Amino acid sequence: MRRQIPLVIALVAGLFGALSYVIMDPVIQGLREQMLAWLRLLSAFAIGLGIASFLRNHGNKMIRQVPGWAFNAVAIASFLVMALVGLFGGIDEGTLFRQLFDYLQAPMEATMFSLLAFFIASAAFRAFRARSKEATLLLGAAVIIMLGRVIDVDWLSNITEWILEIPNGAAQRGIVIGVGLGIIATALKIVLGIERSYLGGE
Amino acid sequence: MAGGSPRAKGMGCLKSPFGRIYVVLPVLLLTPLIASAQSTEYLYPLVDLPSAPPLLVRAEDVPDDTGERLALSWTRSLDDGGGQNNVVSYIIQRKEVPDPESGEGNQTDFAVIDEVEAGTSSYTDSSCEPEHTYVYMVAASNGVAVSYSRPSEPAEARSHFFHSQRWNTLIGIVVITLLLVYFIYSARKGKDLFIRRIAGLDAVEEALGRATEMGKPILYVSGLSTMADVATIAAVNILGQVARKSAIYEIRLIVPCYDPIVMAVEREVVKEAYLDAGRPDAYNPNDIYFVTQSQFAYAAAINGIMLREKPATNFYMGMFFAESLILAETGASTGAIQIAGTDAVVQIPFFITACDYCIIGEELYAASAYMSREPLLLGGLKGQDWAKFIIGVLIVIGVITSFFTTWFSDLFIVG
Repeated sequence: MRRQIPLVIALVAGLFGALSYVIMDPVIQGLREQMLAWLRLLSAFAIGLGIASFLRNHGNKMIRQVPGWAFNAVAIASFLVMALVGLFGGIDEGTLFRQLFDYLQAPMEATMFSLLAFFIASAAFRAFRARSKEATLLLGAAVIIMLGRVIDVDWLSNITEWILEIPNGAAQRGIVIGVGLGIIATALKIVLGIERSYLGGE
Repeated sequence: MAGGSPRAKGMGCLKSPFGRIYVVLPVLLLTPLIASAQSTEYLYPLVDLPSAPPLLVRAEDVPDDTGERLALSWTRSLDDGGGQNNVVSYIIQRKEVPDPESGEGNQTDFAVIDEVEAGTSSYTDSSCEPEHTYVYMVAASNGVAVSYSRPSEPAEARSHFFHSQRWNTLIGIVVITLLLVYFIYSARKGKDLFIRRIAGLDAVEEALGRATEMGKPILYVSGLSTMADVATIAAVNILGQVARKSAIYEIRLIVPCYDPIVMAVEREVVKEAYLDAGRPDAYNPNDIYFVTQSQFAYAAAINGIMLREKPATNFYMGMFFAESLILAETGASTGAIQIAGTDAVVQIPFFITACDYCIIGEELYAASAYMSREPLLLGGLKGQDWAKFIIGVLIVIGVITSFFTTWFSDLFIVG
């Protein structure tokens, strides 16, 4: 019974979701909107689970004073400060919450994003080696595209665009078609109860 | 002075004081009038001419909806972009009328529902009630005066049961479902189904063995999406297999989560896997925890875990975005063996570059069937492959026919 009820819910919800894509009856569409609204509500309430896990995880490490526990204290303090400042001071433009977000959090995220430039360089240095025919082809294409993006020469730009639009585009479309089919098949298997791994166990 | 010309006679009256009055009096009377006509305040207000009205207002039902939309179109005023060129906006008015055939329905007065800028000749009214009939008028406004069009013919906002432009999607789903059911049925009857090797999935056993030998934990990252994403569901499926083996080999499994609901599901999956392996005592729920829902904060946290815990094996399974290379490069720098699997097409090259094994696109969805070798799941995989073959054939036919006609490719347009 413990596994039958979720399977029935998955079957009913899955079939309803698929049919509501093609059936435009106002009652069906209204129910669909309700379902989506409930999904959003569940997601919003689930953040409470996340907060509990976050506080427990960092709190345990602080209490046990594991190496580096000061950073766990900083994490909890940051969470509490942002939550309290947002609750009591508001989150509109000009509030302390927005200032903390704009001048602390956003620059930190931008810093992490900017690491990509260095990581791309190190990954390219490792990957672009002419070890085989395919690797040589990859190296050649990468050189052309990198130069084509930097140097403003018509014929080079044209070759760059051709590589990106034709062979690269074809490969991407092939993967996307396979991914689309995989999504349909996986969704059907879940709706029909064939795929049950998400319930845990066999 | 008798005689003389009539003109002389007329002019002669001016010599008399009384005669002068006949000249002066009218001038005295007319002077205020002339003066007031030259002042800024007019005795009679000037009338601003309205613009020419819009013409041919038509209202039609919008198809394939739930009956809340009517589409309006009209011919723009002659003074919009021409003529006086003074149209500022169009004011749209609507009234409800009884249905002309059945006579049922309300009768209301015209009310303004919206105002659109000059140059517009169409509008979609999305505030209709289903199965109600409406009449529209469009007025051209020049900021001072308005001029109304003739009312449109009555139009009924009808709800449509079936979306007529999505029939091809429905047929596609039915065909794929039938293929899946056929091959699943064949698999249940014991038919042997061949599945090609997927190197990334074969390497899972090798990666877990490495972690066991080194005595180091496994890090499993299930992506930055929610349970609504099929890639995340596939990642959770693989986690179940990895967790079962981790329990048997007594390896610590660390699962930092991006989404709280995914965390809850993964805890259950790992717990059941440890139970199935007969090692419920080894299950530690504190190793499956929520980190943050901020993309780069999550990447920073995962990097920190990799640098501190130094896992022997890193799994990246699910949906990833710009942080994929940050994770993979940091993991490579710690010397871990890395297996990645994603359906995010633009992130696959980064994982191929930085990871030891990469599961591309739909191979991720095949992982559950591949690793478990369950006949039902293998049958579903076969059906999926046949569906891809059919799509390939349709693409070739579409390319060839597109040289002559668009009829075939138009069949696959979805509204």
